[in-house]
Amino acid sequence: MRIGVLALQGDFAEHISKLTSLGIDAFEIRKLSDISNRFDGLVLPGGESTVMKKLLHALGLFNPLKNLISDGLPVLATCAGMILLAKSLEDGEAPCFGTMDITVKRNAYGRQLGSFRCVDKFNGIPTEMPFIRAPYVKKAGKSVDVLSVHDNRIVAVRQQNQLAAAFHPELTADNTVYNTFIEMITK
Amino acid sequence: MSGQYQLNKELAQMLKGGVIMDVTTPEQARIAQEAGACAVMALERIPADIRAAGGVSRMSDPQMIRSIQDAVSIPVMAKCRIGHFVEAQILEAIEIDYIDESEVLSPADDVYHVDKTQFRVPFVCGARDLGEALRRISEGASMIRTKGEPGTGDIVQAVRHMRKMNAGIRKVVSLREDELFEEAKQLQVPYALVKQVHDEGRLPVVNFAAGGVATPADAALMMQLGAEGVFVGSGIFKSGDPKKRAAAIVQAVTNYKDAKLIADLSAGLGEAMVGINEQEIELLMAERGK
Repeated sequence: MRIGVLALQGDFAEHISKLTSLGIDAFEIRKLSDISNRFDGLVLPGGESTVMKKLLHALGLFNPLKNLISDGLPVLATCAGMILLAKSLEDGEAPCFGTMDITVKRNAYGRQLGSFRCVDKFNGIPTEMPFIRAPYVKKAGKSVDVLSVHDNRIVAVRQQNQLAAAFHPELTADNTVYNTFIEMITK
Repeated sequence: MSGQYQLNKELAQMLKGGVIMDVTTPEQARIAQEAGACAVMALERIPADIRAAGGVSRMSDPQMIRSIQDAVSIPVMAKCRIGHFVEAQILEAIEIDYIDESEVLSPADDVYHVDKTQFRVPFVCGARDLGEALRRISEGASMIRTKGEPGTGDIVQAVRHMRKMNAGIRKVVSLREDELFEEAKQLQVPYALVKQVHDEGRLPVVNFAAGGVATPADAALMMQLGAEGVFVGSGIFKSGDPKKRAAAIVQAVTNYKDAKLIADLSAGLGEAMVGINEQEIELLMAERGK
Protein backbone atom coordinates (compact mmCIF):
# COMPACT_ATOMS: atom_id res chain seq x y z
CA MET A 1 0.00 0.00 0.00
CA ARG A 2 1.40 3.42 -1.04
CA ILE A 3 0.12 6.60 0.56
CA GLY A 4 1.07 10.07 -0.65
CA VAL A 5 1.32 12.85 1.91
CA LEU A 6 0.94 16.40 0.66
CA ALA A 7 4.28 17.92 1.74
CA LEU A 8 3.99 21.55 0.71
CA GLN A 9 3.93 22.93 4.26
CA GLY A 10 2.93 21.83 7.75
CA ASP A 11 3.34 18.63 9.76
CA PHE A 12 3.62 16.19 6.86
CA ALA A 13 6.70 14.58 8.42
CA GLU A 14 4.62 13.54 11.45
CA HIS A 15 2.07 11.86 9.17
CA ILE A 16 4.81 10.07 7.28
CA SER A 17 6.49 8.72 10.41
CA LYS A 18 3.08 7.61 11.70
CA LEU A 19 2.27 5.76 8.47
CA THR A 20 5.76 4.28 8.35
CA SER A 21 5.37 2.99 11.90
CA LEU A 22 2.21 1.23 10.73
CA GLY A 23 4.21 -0.52 8.02
CA ILE A 24 2.91 1.61 5.17
CA ASP A 25 4.98 2.93 2.28
CA ALA A 26 4.45 6.71 2.59
CA PHE A 27 5.91 9.31 0.23
CA GLU A 28 6.00 13.11 -0.04
CA ILE A 29 4.06 15.05 -2.65
CA ARG A 30 5.88 18.31 -3.34
CA LYS A 31 5.43 18.62 -7.11
CA LEU A 32 3.55 17.15 -10.04
CA SER A 33 6.15 14.50 -10.90
CA ASP A 34 5.72 13.01 -7.41
CA ILE A 35 2.26 11.69 -8.32
CA SER A 36 3.13 10.14 -11.67
CA ASN A 37 3.00 6.62 -10.19
CA ARG A 38 -0.17 5.02 -8.87
CA PHE A 39 -0.91 5.33 -5.15
CA ASP A 40 -3.68 4.11 -2.86
CA GLY A 41 -4.38 6.96 -0.50
CA LEU A 42 -3.74 10.65 0.11
CA VAL A 43 -3.08 12.56 3.34
CA LEU A 44 -3.71 16.31 3.64
CA PRO A 45 -1.75 17.31 6.78
CA GLY A 46 -2.02 20.04 9.38
CA GLY A 47 -0.41 23.40 8.70
CA GLU A 48 -1.76 26.56 7.16
CA SER A 49 -4.51 25.97 4.60
CA THR A 50 -3.88 29.32 2.87
CA VAL A 51 -0.27 28.29 2.19
CA MET A 52 -1.18 24.85 0.88
CA LYS A 53 -3.95 26.20 -1.33
CA LYS A 54 -1.62 28.78 -2.84
CA LEU A 55 1.10 26.19 -3.50
CA LEU A 56 -1.31 23.57 -4.89
CA HIS A 57 -2.18 26.01 -7.65
CA ALA A 58 1.33 27.38 -8.16
CA LEU A 59 2.79 23.89 -8.55
CA GLY A 60 0.06 22.55 -10.83
CA LEU A 61 -1.08 19.97 -8.28
CA PHE A 62 -4.58 21.30 -7.75
CA ASN A 63 -6.47 19.77 -10.71
CA PRO A 64 -4.78 16.35 -10.71
CA LEU A 65 -5.37 15.88 -6.96
CA LYS A 66 -8.93 17.17 -7.13
CA ASN A 67 -9.67 14.70 -9.93
CA LEU A 68 -8.18 11.82 -7.96
CA ILE A 69 -10.29 12.70 -4.91
CA SER A 70 -13.44 13.06 -7.02
CA ASP A 71 -12.69 9.69 -8.62
CA GLY A 72 -12.69 8.03 -5.20
CA LEU A 73 -9.07 8.06 -3.97
CA PRO A 74 -9.25 7.60 -0.17
CA VAL A 75 -8.21 10.80 1.66
CA LEU A 76 -7.34 11.52 5.28
CA ALA A 77 -7.41 15.24 6.08
CA THR A 78 -6.44 16.75 9.42
CA CYS A 79 -7.04 20.32 10.61
CA ALA A 80 -5.87 22.49 7.67
CA GLY A 81 -6.52 19.47 5.45
CA MET A 82 -10.17 19.52 6.50
CA ILE A 83 -10.37 23.15 5.40
CA LEU A 84 -8.96 22.15 1.99
CA LEU A 85 -11.74 19.56 1.49
CA ALA A 86 -14.63 21.72 2.72
CA LYS A 87 -17.25 22.80 0.21
CA SER A 88 -17.63 26.09 2.00
CA LEU A 89 -15.90 28.18 4.66
CA GLU A 90 -17.81 30.17 7.19
CA ASP A 91 -15.63 33.25 6.71
CA GLY A 92 -16.74 33.39 3.09
CA GLU A 93 -13.37 32.58 1.57
CA ALA A 94 -13.40 30.54 -1.63
CA PRO A 95 -13.10 26.77 -1.03
CA CYS A 96 -10.04 24.79 -2.13
CA PHE A 97 -10.96 21.27 -3.33
CA GLY A 98 -14.54 21.68 -2.13
CA THR A 99 -15.18 17.96 -2.49
CA MET A 100 -16.74 17.39 0.93
CA ASP A 101 -20.22 18.61 1.77
CA ILE A 102 -19.30 20.49 4.96
CA THR A 103 -19.12 24.10 6.06
CA VAL A 104 -16.05 24.71 8.19
CA LYS A 105 -15.29 27.47 10.64
CA ARG A 106 -11.59 28.22 10.66
CA ASN A 107 -9.70 29.15 13.88
CA ALA A 108 -12.99 28.21 15.51
CA TYR A 109 -11.58 28.00 19.04
CA GLY A 110 -9.72 31.30 18.78
CA ARG A 111 -5.99 31.90 18.80
CA GLN A 112 -3.23 29.70 20.22
CA LEU A 113 -4.41 30.28 23.80
CA GLY A 114 -7.62 28.47 22.78
CA SER A 115 -5.72 25.32 21.71
CA PHE A 116 -6.41 22.24 23.85
CA ARG A 117 -6.17 18.46 24.16
CA CYS A 118 -8.95 16.06 25.10
CA VAL A 119 -10.08 12.47 24.88
CA ASP A 120 -13.40 11.95 23.15
CA LYS A 121 -15.08 9.40 20.95
CA PHE A 122 -14.08 8.86 17.35
CA ASN A 123 -16.52 6.49 15.71
CA GLY A 124 -17.43 5.31 19.22
CA ILE A 125 -13.81 4.72 20.33
CA PRO A 126 -12.20 6.99 22.96
CA THR A 127 -9.39 8.80 21.11
CA GLU A 128 -6.78 11.39 22.03
CA MET A 129 -7.46 14.67 20.24
CA PRO A 130 -5.05 17.64 20.12
CA PHE A 131 -6.74 20.75 18.74
CA ILE A 132 -4.32 23.45 17.59
CA ARG A 133 -5.87 26.69 16.36
CA ALA A 134 -8.39 24.20 15.11
CA PRO A 135 -11.45 24.48 12.89
CA TYR A 136 -14.73 22.64 13.43
CA VAL A 137 -17.58 21.62 11.18
CA LYS A 138 -20.42 24.09 11.38
CA LYS A 139 -22.72 22.21 9.01
CA ALA A 140 -22.56 18.74 7.49
CA GLY A 141 -24.59 17.63 4.45
CA LYS A 142 -26.91 14.60 4.37
CA SER A 143 -24.35 12.31 2.77
CA VAL A 144 -21.79 13.07 5.50
CA ASP A 145 -21.36 10.74 8.50
CA VAL A 146 -20.47 12.45 11.75
CA LEU A 147 -17.76 10.44 13.53
CA SER A 148 -16.88 12.76 16.44
CA VAL A 149 -18.68 15.41 18.38
CA HIS A 150 -16.78 17.24 21.10
CA ASP A 151 -18.49 19.85 23.24
CA ASN A 152 -21.51 19.84 20.89
CA ARG A 153 -19.30 20.57 17.90
CA ILE A 154 -18.64 18.26 14.97
CA VAL A 155 -14.91 17.53 14.82
CA ALA A 156 -14.61 14.43 12.60
CA VAL A 157 -16.59 13.43 9.51
CA ARG A 158 -16.63 10.96 6.68
CA GLN A 159 -18.14 11.20 3.24
CA GLN A 160 -17.50 8.05 1.20
CA ASN A 161 -13.76 8.11 0.40
CA GLN A 162 -13.04 11.25 2.41
CA LEU A 163 -12.18 11.25 6.12
CA ALA A 164 -11.57 14.56 7.88
CA ALA A 165 -10.69 15.52 11.46
CA ALA A 166 -10.37 18.97 13.03
CA PHE A 167 -7.72 17.60 15.39
CA HIS A 168 -4.28 16.02 14.85
CA PRO A 169 -4.13 12.20 15.19
CA GLU A 170 -0.59 12.45 13.77
CA LEU A 171 0.60 14.07 17.01
CA THR A 172 -0.49 11.25 19.31
CA ALA A 173 0.39 7.61 19.89
CA ASP A 174 -3.25 6.75 19.19
CA ASN A 175 -3.88 4.90 15.89
CA THR A 176 -7.69 4.89 15.87
CA VAL A 177 -8.12 7.42 13.06
CA TYR A 178 -5.41 5.81 10.93
CA ASN A 179 -6.98 2.39 11.36
CA THR A 180 -10.25 3.74 9.99
CA PHE A 181 -8.40 5.32 7.07
CA ILE A 182 -6.50 2.13 6.27
CA GLU A 183 -9.75 0.16 6.40
CA MET A 184 -11.22 2.57 3.86
CA ILE A 185 -8.31 1.76 1.53
CA THR A 186 -8.29 -2.01 1.99
CA LYS A 187 -11.99 -2.85 2.00
CA MET B 1 5.77 19.09 30.86
CA SER B 2 2.59 21.13 30.92
CA GLY B 3 -0.18 20.50 28.44
CA GLN B 4 0.05 24.03 27.10
CA TYR B 5 3.81 23.74 26.49
CA GLN B 6 3.20 20.60 24.44
CA LEU B 7 0.51 22.39 22.39
CA ASN B 8 2.88 25.33 21.89
CA LYS B 9 5.61 23.07 20.54
CA GLU B 10 3.00 21.50 18.29
CA LEU B 11 1.93 24.87 16.87
CA ALA B 12 5.55 25.31 15.77
CA GLN B 13 5.33 21.89 14.09
CA MET B 14 2.39 23.21 12.04
CA LEU B 15 4.55 26.09 10.80
CA LYS B 16 7.27 23.80 9.43
CA GLY B 17 8.14 24.06 5.77
CA GLY B 18 6.83 27.59 5.80
CA VAL B 19 7.95 31.20 5.67
CA ILE B 20 7.24 33.70 8.46
CA MET B 21 7.29 37.26 7.18
CA ASP B 22 7.83 40.59 8.95
CA VAL B 23 4.98 43.02 8.32
CA THR B 24 4.30 46.53 9.59
CA THR B 25 0.72 47.14 8.39
CA PRO B 26 -2.52 45.15 7.84
CA GLU B 27 -2.04 45.71 4.11
CA GLN B 28 1.41 44.09 4.19
CA ALA B 29 -0.01 41.27 6.32
CA ARG B 30 -2.62 40.54 3.67
CA ILE B 31 0.01 40.60 0.92
CA ALA B 32 2.12 38.18 2.98
CA GLN B 33 -0.80 35.81 3.54
CA GLU B 34 -1.76 35.87 -0.15
CA ALA B 35 1.85 35.17 -1.11
CA GLY B 36 1.79 32.06 1.10
CA ALA B 37 3.30 33.13 4.45
CA CYS B 38 2.57 30.54 7.18
CA ALA B 39 2.62 33.30 9.84
CA VAL B 40 3.43 36.99 10.11
CA MET B 41 5.56 38.91 12.58
CA ALA B 42 3.86 42.19 13.43
CA LEU B 43 6.30 44.99 14.14
CA GLU B 44 6.44 48.75 13.79
CA ARG B 45 9.69 48.85 11.90
CA ILE B 46 11.43 46.08 10.04
CA PRO B 47 14.98 45.33 11.20
CA ALA B 48 16.65 47.25 8.33
CA ASP B 49 14.78 50.39 9.41
CA ILE B 50 15.47 49.76 13.11
CA ARG B 51 19.12 49.59 12.18
CA ALA B 52 18.92 52.83 10.18
CA ALA B 53 16.89 54.71 12.80
CA GLY B 54 19.05 53.78 15.79
CA GLY B 55 17.81 54.61 19.31
CA VAL B 56 15.82 52.32 21.57
CA SER B 57 13.58 49.83 19.84
CA ARG B 58 10.58 48.48 21.80
CA MET B 59 7.52 46.25 21.55
CA SER B 60 5.01 47.44 18.92
CA ASP B 61 1.81 49.35 19.69
CA PRO B 62 -0.85 46.77 20.70
CA GLN B 63 -3.39 48.59 18.54
CA MET B 64 -1.21 48.08 15.49
CA ILE B 65 -0.76 44.39 16.38
CA ARG B 66 -4.53 43.98 16.79
CA SER B 67 -5.20 45.49 13.38
CA ILE B 68 -2.89 42.85 11.89
CA GLN B 69 -4.59 40.06 13.89
CA ASP B 70 -7.88 41.19 12.36
CA ALA B 71 -6.48 41.26 8.84
CA VAL B 72 -5.31 37.63 8.48
CA SER B 73 -6.27 34.06 9.42
CA ILE B 74 -2.67 32.78 9.79
CA PRO B 75 -0.87 33.00 13.18
CA VAL B 76 0.39 36.44 14.23
CA MET B 77 3.65 36.78 16.15
CA ALA B 78 5.12 39.86 17.82
CA LYS B 79 8.41 40.77 19.48
CA CYS B 80 9.20 41.71 23.05
CA ARG B 81 12.58 42.95 24.27
CA ILE B 82 14.94 40.39 25.81
CA GLY B 83 14.08 40.13 29.48
CA HIS B 84 11.09 42.47 29.27
CA PHE B 85 8.51 40.23 30.89
CA VAL B 86 5.91 42.98 31.10
CA GLU B 87 5.97 43.48 27.34
CA ALA B 88 5.50 39.70 27.15
CA GLN B 89 2.56 39.90 29.56
CA ILE B 90 0.97 42.55 27.36
CA LEU B 91 1.41 40.42 24.25
CA GLU B 92 -0.14 37.47 26.07
CA ALA B 93 -3.05 39.69 27.13
CA ILE B 94 -3.85 40.50 23.49
CA GLU B 95 -3.66 36.77 22.66
CA ILE B 96 -0.71 36.86 20.32
CA ASP B 97 -0.03 33.42 18.80
CA TYR B 98 3.74 33.48 19.39
CA ILE B 99 6.06 35.90 21.21
CA ASP B 100 9.53 36.41 19.77
CA GLU B 101 11.85 37.42 22.62
CA SER B 102 14.09 39.14 20.17
CA GLU B 103 17.57 40.57 19.88
CA VAL B 104 16.22 42.80 17.10
CA LEU B 105 14.75 45.07 19.79
CA SER B 106 16.92 46.80 22.39
CA PRO B 107 17.48 44.40 25.32
CA ALA B 108 15.64 45.36 28.52
CA ASP B 109 17.81 43.12 30.69
CA ASP B 110 21.46 42.37 30.05
CA VAL B 111 21.54 39.33 32.36
CA TYR B 112 18.19 37.58 32.52
CA HIS B 113 15.85 36.39 29.79
CA VAL B 114 12.10 36.21 30.35
CA ASP B 115 11.09 33.18 32.45
CA LYS B 116 8.93 31.77 29.70
CA THR B 117 7.69 28.89 31.84
CA GLN B 118 5.41 31.42 33.55
CA PHE B 119 3.43 32.04 30.37
CA ARG B 120 0.76 30.07 28.52
CA VAL B 121 1.49 31.79 25.24
CA PRO B 122 4.37 30.29 23.21
CA PHE B 123 7.82 31.85 22.75
CA VAL B 124 10.36 31.64 19.95
CA CYS B 125 13.93 32.72 20.72
CA GLY B 126 17.08 33.28 18.70
CA ALA B 127 20.22 31.20 19.16
CA ARG B 128 23.67 31.06 17.60
CA ASP B 129 24.61 27.59 18.76
CA LEU B 130 23.33 24.53 20.59
CA GLY B 131 24.11 25.85 24.07
CA GLU B 132 22.17 29.05 23.51
CA ALA B 133 19.24 27.12 22.02
CA LEU B 134 19.05 24.71 24.98
CA ARG B 135 19.30 27.58 27.49
CA ARG B 136 16.30 29.25 25.85
CA ILE B 137 14.41 25.93 25.79
CA SER B 138 15.09 25.37 29.49
CA GLU B 139 13.64 28.86 30.10
CA GLY B 140 10.49 27.72 28.29
CA ALA B 141 10.94 28.54 24.58
CA SER B 142 8.87 26.20 22.40
CA MET B 143 10.55 27.14 19.13
CA ILE B 144 14.07 28.27 18.15
CA ARG B 145 15.36 30.30 15.24
CA THR B 146 19.02 30.72 14.44
CA LYS B 147 19.81 34.40 14.84
CA GLY B 148 21.68 35.33 11.71
CA GLU B 149 22.09 39.08 11.52
CA PRO B 150 18.75 40.86 11.10
CA GLY B 151 18.24 43.75 8.70
CA THR B 152 21.38 43.14 6.67
CA GLY B 153 20.33 40.97 3.74
CA ASP B 154 23.64 39.19 4.34
CA ILE B 155 23.21 35.44 4.79
CA VAL B 156 26.68 34.72 6.18
CA GLN B 157 25.73 34.79 9.85
CA ALA B 158 22.58 32.73 9.40
CA VAL B 159 24.73 30.10 7.70
CA ARG B 160 27.35 30.27 10.43
CA HIS B 161 24.77 29.85 13.20
CA MET B 162 22.95 26.98 11.50
CA ARG B 163 26.19 25.11 10.85
CA LYS B 164 27.29 25.68 14.43
CA MET B 165 23.97 24.47 15.78
CA ASN B 166 24.06 21.31 13.69
CA ALA B 167 27.71 20.65 14.48
CA GLY B 168 26.81 20.93 18.16
CA ILE B 169 23.98 18.43 17.75
CA ARG B 170 26.19 15.99 15.81
CA LYS B 171 28.80 16.20 18.54
CA VAL B 172 26.29 15.45 21.32
CA VAL B 173 24.93 12.50 19.34
CA SER B 174 28.43 11.06 18.96
CA LEU B 175 29.33 11.27 22.66
CA ARG B 176 29.28 8.30 25.02
CA GLU B 177 26.49 8.40 27.62
CA ASP B 178 29.00 9.03 30.43
CA GLU B 179 30.37 12.07 28.57
CA LEU B 180 27.03 13.87 28.44
CA PHE B 181 27.36 15.24 31.99
CA GLU B 182 30.52 17.14 31.11
CA GLU B 183 28.98 18.32 27.84
CA ALA B 184 26.00 19.75 29.78
CA LYS B 185 28.48 21.60 31.97
CA GLN B 186 30.36 22.98 28.97
CA LEU B 187 27.16 24.07 27.24
CA GLN B 188 25.79 25.54 30.52
CA VAL B 189 22.50 23.69 30.09
CA PRO B 190 20.53 21.05 32.01
CA TYR B 191 21.71 17.46 31.59
CA ALA B 192 18.19 16.26 30.66
CA LEU B 193 18.13 18.42 27.51
CA VAL B 194 21.58 17.21 26.44
CA LYS B 195 20.42 13.63 26.94
CA GLN B 196 17.33 14.33 24.84
CA VAL B 197 19.42 15.75 21.98
CA HIS B 198 21.76 12.75 22.28
CA ASP B 199 18.85 10.29 22.03
CA GLU B 200 16.79 12.04 19.35
CA GLY B 201 19.55 13.56 17.23
CA ARG B 202 17.75 16.87 16.94
CA LEU B 203 16.68 19.92 18.94
CA PRO B 204 13.73 19.22 21.23
CA VAL B 205 11.74 21.93 19.40
CA VAL B 206 11.31 23.15 15.82
CA ASN B 207 14.20 25.25 14.48
CA PHE B 208 13.80 27.92 11.78
CA ALA B 209 16.48 30.07 10.16
CA ALA B 210 16.42 33.86 10.41
CA GLY B 211 18.45 36.99 9.91
CA GLY B 212 19.68 37.86 6.43
CA VAL B 213 17.45 35.89 4.06
CA ALA B 214 16.89 38.05 0.95
CA THR B 215 16.45 35.69 -2.01
CA PRO B 216 14.78 32.35 -2.87
CA ALA B 217 18.30 30.90 -3.08
CA ASP B 218 19.10 32.13 0.46
CA ALA B 219 15.93 30.48 1.76
CA ALA B 220 16.69 27.19 -0.02
CA LEU B 221 20.28 27.31 1.25
CA MET B 222 19.04 27.49 4.84
CA MET B 223 16.60 24.62 4.22
CA GLN B 224 19.34 22.45 2.72
CA LEU B 225 21.46 23.23 5.78
CA GLY B 226 18.71 21.79 7.95
CA ALA B 227 16.33 24.65 8.82
CA GLU B 228 12.71 23.53 9.21
CA GLY B 229 11.41 26.83 7.87
CA VAL B 230 12.51 30.41 7.38
CA PHE B 231 11.86 33.86 8.82
CA VAL B 232 12.18 36.67 6.31
CA GLY B 233 12.35 40.12 7.82
CA SER B 234 13.50 43.05 5.76
CA GLY B 235 14.10 40.92 2.66
CA ILE B 236 10.55 41.15 1.35
CA PHE B 237 9.15 44.60 1.98
CA LYS B 238 12.53 46.27 1.37
CA SER B 239 12.71 44.74 -2.11
CA GLY B 240 11.48 46.04 -5.46
CA ASP B 241 8.52 43.65 -5.88
CA PRO B 242 7.47 42.32 -2.45
CA LYS B 243 4.50 40.26 -3.72
CA LYS B 244 6.51 38.38 -6.29
CA ARG B 245 9.57 37.92 -4.08
CA ALA B 246 7.46 36.66 -1.17
CA ALA B 247 5.70 34.07 -3.34
CA ALA B 248 9.03 32.96 -4.83
CA ILE B 249 10.62 32.49 -1.41
CA VAL B 250 7.61 30.44 -0.25
CA GLN B 251 7.94 28.08 -3.23
CA ALA B 252 11.71 27.86 -2.82
CA VAL B 253 11.22 26.68 0.79
CA THR B 254 8.78 23.94 -0.26
CA ASN B 255 10.94 22.67 -3.12
CA TYR B 256 14.30 23.62 -1.67
CA LYS B 257 16.18 20.86 -3.49
CA ASP B 258 14.76 21.59 -6.94
CA ALA B 259 17.44 23.81 -8.51
CA LYS B 260 15.60 24.08 -11.82
CA LEU B 261 12.48 25.41 -10.12
CA ILE B 262 14.49 27.81 -7.94
CA ALA B 263 16.22 29.09 -11.09
CA ASP B 264 12.81 29.94 -12.56
CA LEU B 265 11.64 31.46 -9.27
CA SER B 266 14.76 33.63 -9.06
CA ALA B 267 14.32 35.08 -12.55
CA GLY B 268 13.02 38.63 -12.94
CA LEU B 269 12.32 39.29 -9.28
CA GLY B 270 13.48 42.91 -9.50
CA GLU B 271 15.69 44.62 -7.00
CA ALA B 272 16.67 42.65 -3.87
CA MET B 273 17.00 44.61 -0.66
CA VAL B 274 20.20 46.63 -0.49
CA GLY B 275 22.44 44.56 1.73
CA ILE B 276 24.97 45.55 4.33
CA ASN B 277 28.04 43.32 4.59
CA GLU B 278 28.99 41.83 7.90
CA GLN B 279 32.14 43.99 8.04
CA GLU B 280 30.14 47.18 7.52
CA ILE B 281 27.80 46.68 10.48
CA GLU B 282 28.32 48.75 13.57
CA LEU B 283 25.75 46.94 15.68
CA LEU B 284 25.75 43.16 15.92
CA MET B 285 22.24 42.30 17.11
CA ALA B 286 23.14 38.61 17.39
CA GLU B 287 25.48 39.49 20.27
CA ARG B 288 22.51 40.52 22.38
CA GLY B 289 21.40 37.89 24.93
CA LYS B 290 23.53 34.74 25.24
